[in-house]
Amino acid sequence: MTALEDALVDVAKFDLAGEPLRQLNSRLHEACSSGMPRSWQVVNPGGKHSIAVGLDAELDVEIAGHVGYYCAGMNQRANVRVLGNCGVGVAENMMSGLVVIHGNASQSAGASAHGGLLVVHGDASARCGISLKGADIVVEGSIAHLGAFMAQRGRLVVCGDAGHSLGDSLYEATVYVRGSVAALGADCVEQEMRDEDVSELRELLERAEIAAVNAAEFRRYASARELYNFHVDNAGDYRHPDA
Amino acid sequence: MPEVSAGRPEGACRRRAQLGLRESSTFDALTIHEIQRAARTGIYDIRGGGAKRHVPHFDDLLLLGASISRYPLEGYREQCATDVRLGTRFARKPLRLAIPITIAGMSFGSLSANAKEALGLGASALGTSTTTGDGGMSREERLSSDTLVYQLLPSRYGMNPDDLRRADAIEVVVGQGAKPGGGGMLLGQKISERVADMRDLPVGIDQRSPCRHPDWTGPDDLEIKIEELREITDWEKPIFVKIGATRTYYDVTLAVKAGADVVVLDGMQGGTAATQEVFIEHVGIPILAAIPQAVEALQELGMHRRVQLIVSGGIRSGADVAKALALGADAVSIGTAALVALGDNSPSFEADYAKIGSAAGCYDDWHEGRDPAGISTQDPHLEARLDPQLGGRRLANYLRALVLETQTLARACGKSHVRNLEPEDLVALTIEAAAMARVPLAGTRWIPGMEVR
Ligand SMILES: Cc1cc2nc3c(=O)[nH]c(=O)nc-3n(C[C@H](O)[C@H](O)[C@H](O)COP(=O)(O)O)c2cc1C
Repeated sequence: MTALEDALVDVAKFDLAGEPLRQLNSRLHEACSSGMPRSWQVVNPGGKHSIAVGLDAELDVEIAGHVGYYCAGMNQRANVRVLGNCGVGVAENMMSGLVVIHGNASQSAGASAHGGLLVVHGDASARCGISLKGADIVVEGSIAHLGAFMAQRGRLVVCGDAGHSLGDSLYEATVYVRGSVAALGADCVEQEMRDEDVSELRELLERAEIAAVNAAEFRRYASARELYNFHVDNAGDYRHPDA
Repeated sequence: MPEVSAGRPEGACRRRAQLGLRESSTFDALTIHEIQRAARTGIYDIRGGGAKRHVPHFDDLLLLGASISRYPLEGYREQCATDVRLGTRFARKPLRLAIPITIAGMSFGSLSANAKEALGLGASALGTSTTTGDGGMSREERLSSDTLVYQLLPSRYGMNPDDLRRADAIEVVVGQGAKPGGGGMLLGQKISERVADMRDLPVGIDQRSPCRHPDWTGPDDLEIKIEELREITDWEKPIFVKIGATRTYYDVTLAVKAGADVVVLDGMQGGTAATQEVFIEHVGIPILAAIPQAVEALQELGMHRRVQLIVSGGIRSGADVAKALALGADAVSIGTAALVALGDNSPSFEADYAKIGSAAGCYDDWHEGRDPAGISTQDPHLEARLDPQLGGRRLANYLRALVLETQTLARACGKSHVRNLEPEDLVALTIEAAAMARVPLAGTRWIPGMEVR
């Protein structure tokens, strides 16, 4: 299909079983500059890496199947929906927009993301929200260890349980967990869940289209800020979580 | 030479010796000072710069000028070209630099905005590139640099796709020669509002940045990461991979297999803005020992000159440049020397150095942000001491001198292009250098570790 023909249909369809990834991404980038077509459906993703990366426009991209590493990497403004599981680093370094995963996410989901919203309806593996820099991440299931490791800004919301070393070396990001936390990481502490936290959280869950969960049931975790400046007396706090 | 390393005039040492007082070479004055410092503070020493100890270096190599068996080229009259293309393997837009000397990645944050601007102006005047650093792309450096390489580091501070597209090349930083295996540091004094904002950090904290990337580990992941960067930028930009020199043969092999267009190799003498002294002095290998390993890896893969090799770590003169190229590098990169050219460690600030307990020629507390020369600081009053135009001119002059020196040596060896310098043009002064650089000891055919030819 030519770009013009694409523009004439409501949803441009791209089959990754037939055409190469390079073709898909370059067509999507063209659509970002021209604004057309706005809606895309990608079929047969086959676990390929770097699908729909570097988008910078209000496109809607639906991917019907499982994706590999870095899906929607560095996303800006686009709305990317994966009807399947995703590999490492989904929405890594996202700046804005919305990325929704209807399955599970592998490691480092939303790594270093600066803005936008990442929703994982299944579980997320280790290092979810690592180095987070301002984005919001909502996981409907549970997350593995080192969630929000060194997270700087933004919110990580976990409706299920969290693995060990949660929020290790956290800066100014906030973590909310509804279920159990295996262990908190260095300098991460539980703080009081205030009314404004509950209402912010409610709004975020609504945007994530997770309705059945009560915002009041979450606990709030943030940095004790005791490692912000290196004091000799803190040297022992940089410890292994299992130690 | 303990007299020299202790920083005391020789006369004082001689007088002590006459009194029968002997300083230990194991526990020399600097060592004793360090033990006392550690006992007082309970924390390791942090500083800037590279390894200060003596290691085998380019000084231990000599070039063989032409005579009867080869003829030299006439200085100034006969052409000796210096241009280099970087990123010819996969990128749609490789870099074309007029000289094979680039400015290494140094972060805005560790350096002032004026310093970054001066680096850009100086490099652009000579048709070469500058590199961002662990803190994102500053407006000043993008505006002042005709060719700008954008670093993707473990911290991802300031990383964003707009700057990625604005860059001329992308450098995936795996490690640095001063601290292979270590992450970045920027102490609170330098986390000003602007720096904090660019890095998404609170103002004034002691920043500890990670040593591993947040979303990949190992060569297989790196390959996927590189492909992602190419996809985001539509395969336009060269992708560099920067490594600190350690297991260089293997690391270069893996970087090439992962799809690098250019490998940047930094030896242990390479500067840093702030790292533990113990790290700087004890981890990594000299660049002299690393280059032949890198070249060997590239040659075995059939990729020498197709994947370009940029080397750094203690490059000071045209002699260093010529020798690095002769060993098989395509270009070199400079950090410390560029800062010195801007005015770092200048004797004109002697009185200011004395006030902060240092001295011109020894100043390395770049992490403290009190740089009298206005380079490694975020203090607006100090920064104002560095005029970017003037600094840029000094850097341009220095680069010109480096190029002239390199060409002088290349012509003497009969080369019409500096890249035609080759290992056959080199001999070593010491057995160590001969073994590391894999060139014969001067006057012999002996390369330790290799069969006699
Ligand atoms: C002040 C300063 C800051 C640096 N910041 C970075 C950085 O952000 N990223 C990086 O990869 N290397 C950084 N480096 C290392 C340089 O890129 C380069 O590897 C090194 O300076 C080369 O050795 P030389 O200083 O002997 O020329 C820095 C070096 C200095 C001196």
